[in-house]
Amino acid sequence: MEKTWNNKAWFMVLPVLVLVAFSAVIPLMTVVNYSVQDTFGNNEFFWAGTDWYVDVLTSDRFWDALTRNLIFSAIILAIEIPLGIIIALNMPKKGLGVPVCLVLMALPLLIPWNVVGTIWQVFGRVDIGLLGHTLEALGINYNYVQNPIDAWVTLIVMDVWHWTSLVVLLCYAGLVSIPDAYYQAAKIDGASRWSVFRYIQLPKMKRVLLIAFLLRFMDSFMIYTEPFVVTGGGPGNSTTFLSIDLVKMAIGQFDLGPAAALSIIYFLIILLLSWIFYTVMTTSDAQS
Amino acid sequence: MARIDLEHIRHAYGAKPKSENDYALKEVHHEWNDGGAYALLGPSGCGKTTLLNIISGLINPSEGRILFDGKDVTHLSTQDRNIAQVFQFPVIYDTMTVYDNLAFPLRNRHVPETEVDRRVKEIIEMIGLGGWAGKKAQGLTADQKQKISLGRGLVRSDVSAILFDEPLTVIDPEMKWVLRSQIKRLHKQFGFTMVYVTHDQTEALTFADKVVVMYDGQIVQIGTPAELFERPRHTFVGYFIGSPGMNVLPAKIDGSTAQVGGESIALNFRPEIKSGAKTELGIRPEFVSIGREGMPVAITKVEDIGRHKIVRARFADQPISIILDEDGEIPADPRIAFDQKAINIYADSWRVGGEA
Ligand SMILES: Nc1ncnc2c1ncn2[C@@H]1O[C@H](COP(=O)(O)OP(=O)(O)OP(=O)(O)O)[C@@H](O)[C@H]1O
Ligand SMILES: [Mg+2]
Repeated sequence: MEKTWNNKAWFMVLPVLVLVAFSAVIPLMTVVNYSVQDTFGNNEFFWAGTDWYVDVLTSDRFWDALTRNLIFSAIILAIEIPLGIIIALNMPKKGLGVPVCLVLMALPLLIPWNVVGTIWQVFGRVDIGLLGHTLEALGINYNYVQNPIDAWVTLIVMDVWHWTSLVVLLCYAGLVSIPDAYYQAAKIDGASRWSVFRYIQLPKMKRVLLIAFLLRFMDSFMIYTEPFVVTGGGPGNSTTFLSIDLVKMAIGQFDLGPAAALSIIYFLIILLLSWIFYTVMTTSDAQS
Repeated sequence: MARIDLEHIRHAYGAKPKSENDYALKEVHHEWNDGGAYALLGPSGCGKTTLLNIISGLINPSEGRILFDGKDVTHLSTQDRNIAQVFQFPVIYDTMTVYDNLAFPLRNRHVPETEVDRRVKEIIEMIGLGGWAGKKAQGLTADQKQKISLGRGLVRSDVSAILFDEPLTVIDPEMKWVLRSQIKRLHKQFGFTMVYVTHDQTEALTFADKVVVMYDGQIVQIGTPAELFERPRHTFVGYFIGSPGMNVLPAKIDGSTAQVGGESIALNFRPEIKSGAKTELGIRPEFVSIGREGMPVAITKVEDIGRHKIVRARFADQPISIILDEDGEIPADPRIAFDQKAINIYADSWRVGGEA
């Protein structure tokens, strides 16, 4: 069939372009605009070039926060991915247990971030919180307001509680798509439980795991609400992640220039890391 | 290498079977001789796969026992039964190479690596994938996957039995022929008991010593190809085996004559029929002759299929097929006669009397 070429068709795409422009490009360019200028108020701006970028990139404050982010993401990925796989493997495949488990799994995902934060903040308080109080009663010295380790443990447990379900649900979707014949063949071939996982289940979950990994990485790297609600970035700066720092800078200190530069850098880091993970994982997939 | 006894096996997939119809296998009581080559033939949904899965232990029968060489294995796992099975839908391990796929069943059983290598190389040549050993199995075509699946079933030399569930469906005819003769050769060499499910009756008839015909969850007949052809125990076997299938005509039995429509046909025996049974006369198209003598018939169509002609006609208001030699003539006023020795009488679909 002949294709009809009609330049008017481009107009059809216009609404999307406008939408994307308003929702992404224009705000982003505003930030870029701030990041290369300086202001003393009164809407007067001076050209600052790359000064703010240099400032941010040479400050310890930035590198410390970035390190915290990376460590946090690494820890929660190292916990949530294997834990999610294990839970998914043990979920029932048929019967009444399936809907029950699925609903239970979906529950944490339905709770808004700040509510999760508040729940855990209260839950962990030594004076009135069930967890904090119990730990105290058991003689464990737990105080996320004063002890950085406790603050970190709280944030990690909270994130694992909130988001492991996502990994579980994705893995589960991969697992139920495996036809019975594969398990039957594995039995005939005398495969061990581990071989079944390694050669049948894991390959089938690979794609969804890639998605789970990227989602959890990006999301945990941008973590803001939970530490904001629970620890406020403390004790000291121990839970001051890039996002928290950014807000401190932009709203607390009103340093718009450095804050804008930090935003751009932050954005580029996430983009870059996601791209690297994606490429590494998809090329290893293509080779196999 | 084992004799397999199935004792009163019944199986229902549902938890609480209420009627006979809830059973996928109604009652199978049968032995498979050590080293025998059996073809399992039957229409879709008659329970062939179910029966194989029960033998290999993938499913536990609702009722009955399975014995290997007299030893009760009903509750043994698949691994402990030492059986190979090739599935209807090819299963391959995507992330492994072709070589590793074939080596997998051996390595899982800790066969020494030199032996693994020897076996895998032999099988990989046999299935015609010699040049593909190092390739990942993922990108292979459907027939290559089926060959790997087949190869994994054949790679173990010490199995008690190999169960094939239509292993060659997507393989092209020429390769099918090659693989079939290779399987036959391996069977001779190693002497495993072999059960081979197929839809293809020529495959079944040329392949096996014994053909097992299943219908509606039951084994309706076990016999040599000749027995199935000459003395079908059930009208279904008559229809199913042969091309075209047996003519089955409603008949009234009166002593040693059968009344079909208005015609009387003399029998060479006196069938004993329970009163009230539905009686039929079965005659294969090969044993109906056309000439000037006999019973009148109206020809409707003649199909020339090369070596012979198939004549479709109406006899006593029933459709009937007749096989005629290529140079056979149809006279102007055609009449037919039945070869008396080839007549079978059925009561409620099961064959009665006569010599077996
Ligand atoms: N897992 C299952 N759950 C419930 N019913 C099943 C299951 N597997 C098979 N059945 C039913 O049992 C009967 C026998 O099925 P089976 O697969 O053994 O037939 P088959 O002879 O192998 O057919 P085909 O030639 O199509 O492979 C069918 O009616 C089928 O619907
Ligand atoms: Mg089947």
